[in-house]
Amino acid sequence: MEHSDQPYKYAAHHSEEEGKKTRRMIWNMFWVLLVITTVEVSLGLVWKEWSIAWHFVKMTFIVLTIAKAYFIVAYYMHLKHERTSLQNTIIIPYALLALYLLYHVFTEGVFTEHIQHYPF
Amino acid sequence: MSHTEVVDSKTAWGGGTSPFGAGYGKLMMWFFLMSDALSFTGFLAAYGFYRHNFSAIWPSAENVFTHFPFVHGHQPLLYVALMTFILIMSSVTMVLAVEAGHRMDKKKVMVWMFWTIVGGLIFVGSQAWEWYHFIHGTELGAFELGIGTYTLPDGTIEQTQGIIGRWTDESKTILELPWRQTVGDITTPFLQLKGDELSAVLANGHEIHGANLTHNEYGHPLFADFFFFITGFHGTHVFSGVVLNFIIFVNVIMGTYEKRGHYEMVEKVGLYWHFVDLVWVFVFTFFYLV
Repeated sequence: MEHSDQPYKYAAHHSEEEGKKTRRMIWNMFWVLLVITTVEVSLGLVWKEWSIAWHFVKMTFIVLTIAKAYFIVAYYMHLKHERTSLQNTIIIPYALLALYLLYHVFTEGVFTEHIQHYPF
Repeated sequence: MSHTEVVDSKTAWGGGTSPFGAGYGKLMMWFFLMSDALSFTGFLAAYGFYRHNFSAIWPSAENVFTHFPFVHGHQPLLYVALMTFILIMSSVTMVLAVEAGHRMDKKKVMVWMFWTIVGGLIFVGSQAWEWYHFIHGTELGAFELGIGTYTLPDGTIEQTQGIIGRWTDESKTILELPWRQTVGDITTPFLQLKGDELSAVLANGHEIHGANLTHNEYGHPLFADFFFFITGFHGTHVFSGVVLNFIIFVNVIMGTYEKRGHYEMVEKVGLYWHFVDLVWVFVFTFFYLV
């Protein structure tokens, strides 16, 4: 895939020593993801029996999911250690458009709920 | 792996180097994943909107996906939890392959890529199995009402078209309809029909088993539509991910990247594979848990 005469300088390399550190990080992250998933599934199975408020359960699911997404993107996809310019190029457009979408879901959702209860 | 060099903002954008410190392919993969993430955000936002809109007759996933292969009985959520675990595990093996690539350890890259492909195939197979059960449905089935109206005991008139009634047991003598009923002080979320009232309702409508794009025994047909569309779109991503991983795996065996001097291609398909896992994290929460 090399088109210039210069050697390709963007491919990452690291030593045996750094590799050991990276592998430790990978397995630590694995345990974090596993624990979060286990908490989510067990909460999904017991919340009715333990009569935990659904609103609280739902919010816990959403917070844990976003935490999981952060760990995957930051560590496994390595975005945390990329240059700030690359991080911003990916995160800012996504966040803007996703928030715009959510804004519409909520405003339209409130509207449709309103006309279901108070038809014209 | 770590980009420790100092970036001078005056020269970084002056040409001759990537201001992002990333190669063309990797940068384009990131842009693609960002736009693909927006597609999935759109699908899940639409799902959330309709789910809320029809919350009274929206099926709960724990009542739909209750099977575990080779195990009889009611096992809500367990199989999909296992699928989630397998996909997370394959993400771990993928990132280990990327790490081995940074050390130019060809043998380790091969091993970890192999296990990533195996995990991906198990996941796609599990999804096929789950689709089969969802389409096939239960033996008991449900009853879908035809066009008409029904007057509730309190005088409210309800449209009957498309309303899904569920049998309380195998004798099929009592049908539960998702209409709120108030008798005295007690409000029940379901209206129970039996005897003559039931026969009158049964004359107009039909039995349904399982789900397709227009009928869904578990509740609103839109649930089935969204299920097929979102998990199908995600499954297509997993499948193409497995194909890409396999191509790169063959290249690793043939020594293509050894000769090239770096394993950046493994890193690029790795990004794609983590993205597939990332989407599943959200699908799992919004489809199966919430």
